[in-house]
Amino acid sequence: MSRNTKINVLLLLVVVALAVLPLALGLGDHKEEPFTGSDGEAETAITEIEPDYEPWFSPLYEPPSGEIESALFSLQAALGAGVLAYYFGLRRGRRQGERRARERDSESPAAGAAEESTAERA
Amino acid sequence: MHIAEGFLPPAHAAAWGVASAPFVVHGVRSLTREVREHPESTLLLGASGAFTFVLSALKLPSVTGSCSHPTGTGLGAILFRPPVMAVLGTITLLFQALLLAHGGLTTLGANVFSMAIVGPWAGYAVYRLLRRYGVRLMVAVFFAAFVADLSTYCVTSVQLALAFPDPGSGFLGALGKFGSIFAVTQIPLAVSEGLLTVLVMRLLVQSSKGELTRLGVLIADKQARGETEAVAR
Repeated sequence: MSRNTKINVLLLLVVVALAVLPLALGLGDHKEEPFTGSDGEAETAITEIEPDYEPWFSPLYEPPSGEIESALFSLQAALGAGVLAYYFGLRRGRRQGERRARERDSESPAAGAAEESTAERA
Repeated sequence: MHIAEGFLPPAHAAAWGVASAPFVVHGVRSLTREVREHPESTLLLGASGAFTFVLSALKLPSVTGSCSHPTGTGLGAILFRPPVMAVLGTITLLFQALLLAHGGLTTLGANVFSMAIVGPWAGYAVYRLLRRYGVRLMVAVFFAAFVADLSTYCVTSVQLALAFPDPGSGFLGALGKFGSIFAVTQIPLAVSEGLLTVLVMRLLVQSSKGELTRLGVLIADKQARGETEAVAR
């Protein structure tokens, strides 16, 4: 593995560790419902501060279940990841194509020069 | 995590909408100009938007025992300057408000202000400042993404504290309350976002030297040296 790849893998591992540690250390155990969304907690805090507050608008469309919601979130992540992968794949392909073209160019003039020198000798 | 639908009083919701609108309009103009003058950057623009899409779909657990998600706006702010991110961030927020019931249409103005305006600008400011003092590219990228992420949620906390001051301890009391929910949760996530942004920037440096040089992220003579090296090899 090249040094570059090693650093990239290490970066990913640290991100994974940061995500797993709170779960592994049970940092949500003091809560009734561990690892809920911070937006939901904010809603609770709002109703604590202002018990009479009623949200005056509700979402036009609400995913009917947690499963559908997580499906839509995965769709969002998949769309983004797909575009990113397309970008990096395209770039890699282009670079390879350019390198091959360069190699061909550098080979053919060399071959031409060799022919010339043999022609001179003859 | 953004402010949920209907959870800002109408006056606040309208005010944040008015505050955000000019930034988004200006952003649309800079985005169309960028695409018209440099059609080749469309791909990288798409990739920057895609990065925001991925990161804001990743709900991650945090030290506070709750979950939140990064924003992914730092990368695009560094590459294309913050106005462009006002548009890309708004698109992401709209997608989530319309399809996922995450965030909301009435709170869109406030959420755009925190995630698509303040975050990118704060991250970009940190990036420029660090680069001016000769800090290495990847270190500057890390802190830019970290600040873009964390400042977004500090603004969210301020927005909620303004709308819902604590009856006893007032604005500051409420700020402490919302800050501990949003900002503290966000600290390890901001670190993750910084690391992921560095990762993508490293891949970009490998794959898109010419593009990064044109955008001023890499310096031109360094790129020339890189190319001669490649040719020599």
